[in-house]
Amino acid sequence: MRRQNFSRRGLLKTGAVGSAGLALPTIFTSSASAFTNAPTGSSVTLGFNVPQTGAYADEGADELRAFQLAVEHLNGEGDGGMLNTFSSKALDGTGILGKKVEFVTGDTQTKSDAARAAAQSMIQKDGAVMISGGSSSGVAVAVQGLCQEAGVIFMAGLTHSNDTTGKDRKANGFRHFFNAYMSAAALAPVLQNLYGTERKAYHLTADYTWGWTQEESIAAATEAMGWQTAEKVRTPLGAGDFSSYIAPVLNSGADVLVLNHYGGDMVNSLTQAVQFGLRERQANGQDFQIVVPLYSELMARGAGSAIAGIPGSQNWDWKLEDEGTKAFVKSFGEKYGFPPSQAAHTCYVQALLYADAVTRANDFNPCAVVEALEGFEFDGMGNGPTLYRAEDHQCFKDVVVVKGAENPQDEFHLVEIVEVTPTAQVTYAHDHPMFAGGALGECNPGA
Amino acid sequence: MLGLERKDTLLLIVVAAITLFAPIILNPFPAGSALAQFNAGYPDLMQRFVIFGIFAIGFNILFGLTGYLSFGHAAFLGIGSYSAVWMFKLLSMNVIPAIILSIVMAGLFALVIGFVSLRRSGIYFSILTLAFAQMSYNLAYSVLTPVTNGETGLQLTLSDPRILDGASTGGLPVTSLFGAEMRDTTTLFVGPWSWDFSVGYYFSAALMLVAFYLSVRIFRSPFGMMLRAVKSNQQRMNYTGLNTRPYTLAAFVISGMYAGLAGGLLAAMDPLAGADRMQWTASGEVVLMTILGGAGTLIGPVLGAGFIKYFENIFSKINDGILHQWFAFMPDGLENVMVAVIHPFIGKGWHLTLGIMFMLVVIFLPGGLVEGAQRTGRLFRRRDRNADHVESDAARQRAAAE
Amino acid sequence: MDAILIQILNGLDKGSAYALIALGLTLIFGTLGVVNFAHGALFMIGAFCAVTLQKILTISVTTIDPERTDFLGNPLKVKTPYVENWFGPEIGAAIVDWAVPLAILLAIPVMVLVGFVMERGLIKHFYKRPHADQILVTFGLAIVLQEIIKYFYGANPIPTPAPQAFTGSLDIGVWLGFDPYSIIYPYWRLVYFFFAGIIIAGVFAFLQFTTFGMVVRAGMADRETVGLLGIDIDRRFTLMFGLAAAVAGLAGVMYTPILSPNYHMGMDFLVLSFVVVVVGGMGSLPGAVLAGFLLGILQSFASMNEVKSLLPGIDQIIIYLVAIVILLTRPRGLMGRRGVMEE
Repeated sequence: MRRQNFSRRGLLKTGAVGSAGLALPTIFTSSASAFTNAPTGSSVTLGFNVPQTGAYADEGADELRAFQLAVEHLNGEGDGGMLNTFSSKALDGTGILGKKVEFVTGDTQTKSDAARAAAQSMIQKDGAVMISGGSSSGVAVAVQGLCQEAGVIFMAGLTHSNDTTGKDRKANGFRHFFNAYMSAAALAPVLQNLYGTERKAYHLTADYTWGWTQEESIAAATEAMGWQTAEKVRTPLGAGDFSSYIAPVLNSGADVLVLNHYGGDMVNSLTQAVQFGLRERQANGQDFQIVVPLYSELMARGAGSAIAGIPGSQNWDWKLEDEGTKAFVKSFGEKYGFPPSQAAHTCYVQALLYADAVTRANDFNPCAVVEALEGFEFDGMGNGPTLYRAEDHQCFKDVVVVKGAENPQDEFHLVEIVEVTPTAQVTYAHDHPMFAGGALGECNPGA
Repeated sequence: MLGLERKDTLLLIVVAAITLFAPIILNPFPAGSALAQFNAGYPDLMQRFVIFGIFAIGFNILFGLTGYLSFGHAAFLGIGSYSAVWMFKLLSMNVIPAIILSIVMAGLFALVIGFVSLRRSGIYFSILTLAFAQMSYNLAYSVLTPVTNGETGLQLTLSDPRILDGASTGGLPVTSLFGAEMRDTTTLFVGPWSWDFSVGYYFSAALMLVAFYLSVRIFRSPFGMMLRAVKSNQQRMNYTGLNTRPYTLAAFVISGMYAGLAGGLLAAMDPLAGADRMQWTASGEVVLMTILGGAGTLIGPVLGAGFIKYFENIFSKINDGILHQWFAFMPDGLENVMVAVIHPFIGKGWHLTLGIMFMLVVIFLPGGLVEGAQRTGRLFRRRDRNADHVESDAARQRAAAE
Repeated sequence: MDAILIQILNGLDKGSAYALIALGLTLIFGTLGVVNFAHGALFMIGAFCAVTLQKILTISVTTIDPERTDFLGNPLKVKTPYVENWFGPEIGAAIVDWAVPLAILLAIPVMVLVGFVMERGLIKHFYKRPHADQILVTFGLAIVLQEIIKYFYGANPIPTPAPQAFTGSLDIGVWLGFDPYSIIYPYWRLVYFFFAGIIIAGVFAFLQFTTFGMVVRAGMADRETVGLLGIDIDRRFTLMFGLAAAVAGLAGVMYTPILSPNYHMGMDFLVLSFVVVVVGGMGSLPGAVLAGFLLGILQSFASMNEVKSLLPGIDQIIIYLVAIVILLTRPRGLMGRRGVMEE
C-alpha cells in the first residue's frame, strides 16, 4: 500500500451534503427520501468494508486495491479494464448515472460485530448506498443482514459458505463468489480422474459454520462417486499445531486427507500434514493424497512448497485465458505490479455489476437494483457466461480447479489450472437441501 | 439531590448534559468539510459510546473498588446479548423484556463464575475468570452453535415465533420500546452542520445515566467503603473476623449485571449477537478502557470507553485518499511525504496508533485520562489547587490502595 | 496403545513450546516482579529473526531472461540470490536451506539486545508501579511490536521450511515393535523437542551452578537483602531479562518450520502461556516447565477422536478446564509460593 498512485482529482470530495445543508436551518427526518442514502449531489458514495487488521489483512488489502481500480474505471480513468469486455455496455466511464463515484473504507477485523459497526458508520455517517467486500462468511452473513435492515445493497466479497445464499440469503444481498457446494461439485470429477473411485477420505474440518458446509458438500460429492468417508474430525479454529489431529490419520485406514480449512488454518494443517510424511506413504495399496477444497492463492504462499501437487478449487485465477481476465490482469498488474487474487477479482466484478445494475435500472433505489440484478445474464467478467439467479442471488458460472505447481517460476505461479468446470456441472436447485431453510424476503429500500 | 452530595450531583448533571447534547458535541465539524472525518455523532457510534460506557462503569465497580482484576468480563456481555436476541426471537421485539432477561442471565452466570473464581485472589483470580470466558467463547463459536449460531452470530429470522408480536411478514421486524423504533433517527440541519438524534441513542443514554447514578451511590455507600477496605488490605479485614467474600461476590455479580445490561443494549440497538463479543480480547478491551480512563474514578471508565471506540471506528476509516485530500493544499512532493509519514498510523494501522496511545497514557498519566484532565485543569486554575475534587478524591484513594 | 503413545509425543512437542515461553515469562516475573504481556511478542520477534535471515540470504541480483515472460508479457526477471553467486549454486542453496538453524546465531544477539532495550528503556520505570500498569504498558508494547512487524512483513504467514535434511518423518513405531507407520513422527519436531530440552536444562544449570545464577536466585527470594549486601542486583536482573528474551526468541526461531510465522502469533500464544505459568505457580521455574508439558499432553489427549466423541468440543476448552481444576484444588498452582501475586 505504500507506493500507490492516487489521482488527486479523483479524490477531491464535492460538498454534496454540505451544499444541501447550506440552506436555512430546516428540519428533515430521515424518511424524507424514498430510500436510504439517496444520492443528492453530483457524487455517489460506495462503502468498502474489508479486513484491514487480523489474519486476513493482506486479502483485505488486495480487495481494497481492486475496489480502487473499479472506482477509477467507473469514473473513466485508467484503461477501463473489464468495462471493455463486459457484455453489458450500459457503463460509459462517467461514474454511475452521471454521478462521480466516491468511496469510504472500513475495517471488518473479521469479526461480525466490528464488521457491522464499520458498515453502520458507512451507512449512517458517510451515506454509503452500497456496501461490499469482506473475507469470511460469518462477516458476510452479518453485514448482509445489516444491509437488509438498513435498506442498502450488499455485494458480498469473498464468502464461500453455502449459508450466504442459502439459509441466510437476503433480498438486498448478492454473491458473485462461488460456494462450498460448487467447490465440491467441480472438484469431485477431477478427484475421480486423479485418484480413482476406490478411496477412503479422512476429513479435518475447521469447527465453525463454513467448515461444516464445506465438509458436508465435499463428503456428499465424493461419496456420490464411490469414495468412503473414514472419519470427520473437527478442529478448533486457529489451532496452530494440528499434530494431534494429523497423527491418527495414518492409522485410520484412510488414503486421502481432506483439509476443510481456510487461511492460516489451511497453511498450518497442510504444512504439518506434509511434514508428517503423509504424502510419501502408501495406504490400501495406493499413494496417500491430500486435498484442499478451497484454495486461497494469497494464503497458499504461506505454505510454500507444501502445496505442490495438491488439488483444490478457486472462483477465478489470473492465469485464465479469456479476454475479461486478460483486461483485468493487465490494468491491475500495471497499477500495482503483481497479478490480482481471486478476492480482488470478485470485489472488482461486484463493484462493476452494481454500477451496471444501477445504470440499467436508471435508479439508485435498492429495489430497482435488486430487480435489475435478478436473473441478469452477462459475460466478459472472467468466468464465462454468468447468471445472477433470481431465487437466491447467487452467481452461476464456471469454477476453476487448480493444483499446486511442482516448480513454480515465481510466487504468482504457485497453482496451475487443471480444469475449468462448466457452469452446468456446478448448478443446483435453489431449494437444494444444503441451501434450505432461508428466504430472501422482500427487498428493503429503507427510510 | 437524589441522595447525593453536592459535588456528585454536579458531576451527574454535567454527565447528563453531555449525554443529552452528545449528538451536537460529537459533530463539531460541518458535514462535507475535510474534518468531518473526525465527527463521531452518528447513531451507531454514539450508542456504542454509552453502551461500552455502561460496561466499563460496571467493570469499575469490581476492579476500581475491590482491586479484583477480572479478565473474563466479556463473557457476561455476550451472555446478555444472546439472551436479548433470544427474547426478540421468541417473545417480542419490545426491548424491555429482552433487557431484563439479559441482566438476569448475566447476573446468574456471574453468581456461579464469581462464586468459584473468588475463592482465589490476585492473578489466580484473573486466570480463573479468563478461563471461564474463553471456555464460553470457544463453545459458543463451535459446539453450541444451535444456541448461538456460531461464527455468524445469533440473528433474527422471518420464521421466529415471537409469541407476543405474532409472525412477521415482509421484512424483519425492528426492536422498539412500545412502538418507538430504536433505529428511528431525526436529522437536524443547521447551516452546514447536521446532527442525528436517534431514539436508540437516547434510550441507551438514559440507561447509562441510571447506571452511572447507581454506581455513584455504590461508591459512596458503606458497601462501597467495605469494598475499598477489601482492596487496601483484605487480610486485615479477615483478621477482624469479617468475611469479605459476600461483599466481593456482590460486587462481582453487580458488575456482571452491568455487563449483561450492556450486552442486552447492544443487541437491542442491533439484533445480532456474535461470539467475538466473548473473546479474551474483548475482556481485555474493557480492562483497557477502565485503566485508560482512570480506574477507581467515577467518570474515567466512560471516558476510556469513548476513547477506544472512537479510535476503532474513526481512525480505522481514514485511508490514503482522505490523507491526500487533507494535504492537497501542499506542493505535490511535500504532500506525498506527509501522506507517507502518516500512512502507517491510520486505516489498517489504527492498532499501532492505539498501542502507542496506551503506552503514552500509562507511562505519563498513571491515573488515566482523568488524571490528565486534572493536571490540565490545575494548570489553568492554580488557586483551586487545594479544592477538594470528586475525582482527585477517588484517584488518591486508588493511589493509597496501591 | 500406539494411538496413546503418539499423542504423548505430540503433547511433549507442544509442551516444549509452551514450557519454553512460560520459562522466560517466569524468569522475568520471578526476578523483576514484572508481568510481561509483551512476552508473546518476543516469541514472535524470534520467529521473524528466521524470516529476516531467510530474506537476507535470498537478496538477489536480477537478470532478464528474454526467453520467458512474466504475467504482463514483459521479459521475465530472474532472481538469483547473491549467496549462490558468491559460493556457487550448490553451497549457496544449502546456506539458504539452512536458514532456520542459522537464524539461531542471529536471534541470540538480536533478542538479548531487544531484551536490554526493553528493560532499560521501559520496564525499569515500572518496577514500582502496580501490576495493572505493567500489564497495560507491556500489552501496548506488544501491540506496537506486532504492528511494526505487520507493516514490514504483511499479515499473511510466511513459509520458513526446515532444512531438507530434516524433512520427512521417523518411524518410531517399528523400533517399539508396532506395525510400520503406526507411530511416525517428523524429524523436525524431534529436533524441536531435544532443542527445548537442552535450553531448559541450560537455563536451570546456569541458575544452579554459576555464581551469577546463585545471586539471581538469592535476588528472587529476597531482593532487598541481596541489595544490602552490596551486590548490584539491578544489572544482573537486566541480564536476566535479556536471557528470558533470548529463550523466547529461540523458541520462536525453531518453531517456524512447524508454524509459518505471522505477525499475530505472539498474541495467540500469550493467553496460553499465562495459563501455563499460573497453573505452574507464579514465580516457579520447575512449575512452569511441568505445567507446560502437562497441558501439552492433556491437550493432545483431548484431541483424540475417542475422547471427542464422548465429550464434544473438549479439545477447545481442555486447557482452561484443567487450569480451573488445578487452581481450585491447589490454590497457588502446582508449585507456586505463598503470597506471590495474590494481592
